[in-house]
Amino acid sequence: MKKNIIVAVSGIFFVGLFVLATTLYNKQQDGETNSASMDNIDNVQREHSAIMGPLDAKVTIVEFFDPACGTCSAFYPFVKKLMDDNPGKVNLVLRYLPLHQNSDVIVSILEASRLQDRFAETLRRAYQSRDRWIEQHVAKPQKFWEQLAGLGLDMQKLNEDLQSPETARRIKLDMQDAQALSVNKTPGFFVNGKRLTQFGYQQLQDLVESEIAANY
Amino acid sequence: MSEDKIKIRNQQAWTLIFFCWLIAMAALFGSLFMSEVMGLKPCLLCWWQRVFIYPLAVLFLVGLFPKGHKEGIKVDPSIVRYTLPLAIIGLGFAIYHVLVYSGLIPEALQPCGEDLSCAQINLQILGFINIPMLSIFAYSTIIGLLLIYRKRSFQ
Repeated sequence: MKKNIIVAVSGIFFVGLFVLATTLYNKQQDGETNSASMDNIDNVQREHSAIMGPLDAKVTIVEFFDPACGTCSAFYPFVKKLMDDNPGKVNLVLRYLPLHQNSDVIVSILEASRLQDRFAETLRRAYQSRDRWIEQHVAKPQKFWEQLAGLGLDMQKLNEDLQSPETARRIKLDMQDAQALSVNKTPGFFVNGKRLTQFGYQQLQDLVESEIAANY
Repeated sequence: MSEDKIKIRNQQAWTLIFFCWLIAMAALFGSLFMSEVMGLKPCLLCWWQRVFIYPLAVLFLVGLFPKGHKEGIKVDPSIVRYTLPLAIIGLGFAIYHVLVYSGLIPEALQPCGEDLSCAQINLQILGFINIPMLSIFAYSTIIGLLLIYRKRSFQ
């Protein structure tokens, strides 16, 4: 009988300690990351980045994304909906964080498509055809290339642009900023420089709505 | 041997295994905290060390309540037979990992995925204690306690 109690108390102690440590750690982390991202507002947003929606919107969502990331793909319609639900008030800055193998080639294609004003279309095509160009979490640039038909892209120009030093510089800068902000998973969201600390649809919506309330 | 002595010895045996269980539980929750809460991804060698410590948390607990424990059998008599091998293999991985950390085994030889290096030191406590060291500590303490237990029960 006594043994049972000792063991039960120890077990509960471990679980309790784990929960307590988790709560304290998350609380401390929330404070730290928020102030970190406010300090490094330059890292959150860059002039060169792709932007969608009205340029004069007062609420800006910055999303670090990887086209090969399933969650980014699933989240994308929701982010679009947030913009549509608040017409004129919200825009979206997309920044590259290619964490999957070979995904850096895919993002350079996306960046090159911007020069032909086909970024949104190319990104949508990338998300829609994910199954056809990702094999076991590895992106296959050749197969992605085959998905690009019918978007009105000048493929030869695309091929030249994706290899340009400027494209590489932008992607590198995005990845360095992500690292500086300790964004190590995609999608990583910031709204007006404030980090989305707890990942989820509802949390993102709440953060966007609180920024809308504060700015309009 | 008097009955009192047997009782004390039984109690000591139970306490030894109980401490083994506490160490395994601390390792289990500690490693889960580092990976799930702090977000430190476990590398391949970390996973191998987990493979051998997690079952120990269950096995020691079961061993503390053996069949017939209500009739006075304190600890599963064969507990060392099935826990010591796990602990020794685990210790092997932990030692290997510290050697990779310290650079004594070159990075090129270590069996890790490209994106998650086992040689990259993620966390240091007091400036020099790293995670594989904690692992070595846990495994060797468990092994030590089990050897004490075995020596006593064979006398």
